[in-house]
Amino acid sequence: MFAGFMINTWIVASIVAIVAGVVGFFVVLRGSSFAAHAIPNASFAGAAGANLVGASSIGGLLVFAVAGALGIALLSKRGRRDVATALAIVLMLALGALFLSFSTEYAAETYSLLFGEVLGVSSSELAPTVVLALLAVAAVATFWRLLLLTSVMPELAEARGVHIYRVELVFLLIVALVTSLSVPVVGALLMFSLMIGPPAAARSFTTNPFVAVVLAVSLALTTVWIAIAVSYMTTWPIGFFVGVLGAAFFLTGRAFAAWRGNRAHPRAARHSQVVAA
Amino acid sequence: MGGFWSHVVEPGFFQSQTVQVALLVGGVVAAISAVVGVLTVLRGQSFAGHALGDISATGGSGAFLLSINPLFGFLGMGLAAAGCMEAIGVRRVRGRDVATGIVLGAALGVAALFLYFDTTFHSTSGAAITVLFGSLFVVSSSTVPAIIACASGALVVVLVLYRPLLLSSVGDDVAAARGVPVRVIGGLFILTMAVTVALSAITIGAILSTALLIGPAATALRMTRRPVTATATAVAIGVAATWVGCLLAYDSFYWPPVNHGWPVSFCIVALVFVFYLAVDLVRSFRLRRTNLPADKSNGAVVRAHPLDTLSTGIEAASASGSE
Repeated sequence: MFAGFMINTWIVASIVAIVAGVVGFFVVLRGSSFAAHAIPNASFAGAAGANLVGASSIGGLLVFAVAGALGIALLSKRGRRDVATALAIVLMLALGALFLSFSTEYAAETYSLLFGEVLGVSSSELAPTVVLALLAVAAVATFWRLLLLTSVMPELAEARGVHIYRVELVFLLIVALVTSLSVPVVGALLMFSLMIGPPAAARSFTTNPFVAVVLAVSLALTTVWIAIAVSYMTTWPIGFFVGVLGAAFFLTGRAFAAWRGNRAHPRAARHSQVVAA
Repeated sequence: MGGFWSHVVEPGFFQSQTVQVALLVGGVVAAISAVVGVLTVLRGQSFAGHALGDISATGGSGAFLLSINPLFGFLGMGLAAAGCMEAIGVRRVRGRDVATGIVLGAALGVAALFLYFDTTFHSTSGAAITVLFGSLFVVSSSTVPAIIACASGALVVVLVLYRPLLLSSVGDDVAAARGVPVRVIGGLFILTMAVTVALSAITIGAILSTALLIGPAATALRMTRRPVTATATAVAIGVAATWVGCLLAYDSFYWPPVNHGWPVSFCIVALVFVFYLAVDLVRSFRLRRTNLPADKSNGAVVRAHPLDTLSTGIEAASASGSE
């Protein structure tokens, strides 16, 4: 499990978990689960396209993830956000289906792109992953206050002259960055599970944003480590464990919140559930 | 003229039984998706609609594994997931997003496992692509009666519950005040949506089923704000996109880059999307000419909240100020 060829996987997966925990906190806070689901799916089309023209797959992932983020932002400027996201994801997936139909020998690779691949990390992917991860974390740190303010009190932010639309755009681009570094390991379909499950669970345990981020990162790391270990032993797909563990953490968090709420203030219990939600 | 038509409609299009089944099933599914889609968009449940499509893929891959009719896999899993989402709390707008995401994540994880077993034990490595992306041209004619029966069932539920559904999409409080059993109505609607999306997932593939649900409905709601007119328009758009998409896919055997057809799902989705963009552009052009502020919500009348109109007013004021 810790043999030489697995070292890259452990390193990259840990980086992915840290970044997913940090960014995922804002995904949950802003109610952007759909966008976090859509952008990795969009990047999947990029990988299929890159494979078709013989380009590097991480480049294809990045280009299409950014295109997906911009597409969602542009469309939601002119219509409802969830509708815009749905249309963007559908168009990108259709492009992916088109690219796939043009190439002949891609079924196995498609599967690993969609659902993740433990052994899929080569040393050449290590450097770009680290760079993208640092960029994403630096961006979150830079916009920390703005992101928090626009997530929790959009009206106040607007009153203070913050351009909510620009902050949303920056945020979607950060999600695109995270996506393109994570998809090769966790898979396009399960990437968002890592961005939602641990942070949503973390929010049930604490209301302090900083503590919540730290907790989300620890839970995401735990999820990924367990997933890799068990996936290595059983050869079952890593995405299965990521998806199921994410849901398990979330349910634990909700159960904890409900229990604490009931113990502390029977009357406040309903209120705390609303806040946690 | 005859020569032109034989280029548009390649010889044998209407004679092929595959095409006949595809046109029939595609039309039925597009119509019911559009009807349910208008309500989905108005109620702001696009994510749930998309998630149910993905989740029913889990059932589809499970059915592959057990070698039962995929229709039952899609339907069963979709209904189960709809029940889960309803239980975790998709009703509250704030919690809805995360609840949907969690159920979707868990289901996709299970889908990964099923597809892995499919490839390992049945050596059908194409299962993932078939289940996820699907094709109208591989629908077997034996499932047609079941698909039509399910679609009719969904249609009947929507028609019976039409008024309370519309009322509760304005706001649960308003509907509850008028004596509508909001929870029951919401639960029935999400189950109906699950059936619709499962049907759509069978025909154009699980992850593309969102296109038929949301695309025509969103387009129609940009053109008119009256729910009934919007529904009729959405049905027309959906059915047209599906049929023209079939035709294009059929013709595409003679297109570059390779002499095997373009995926029919791609053709349908591309048409739906292009139509949405065209309607959107025309609308914003006309709004600009009449100098009205562009409002940001599809079907705003039904949803308009005092604060929304206020903020639109402020935007308009600031826009005219900056000019």
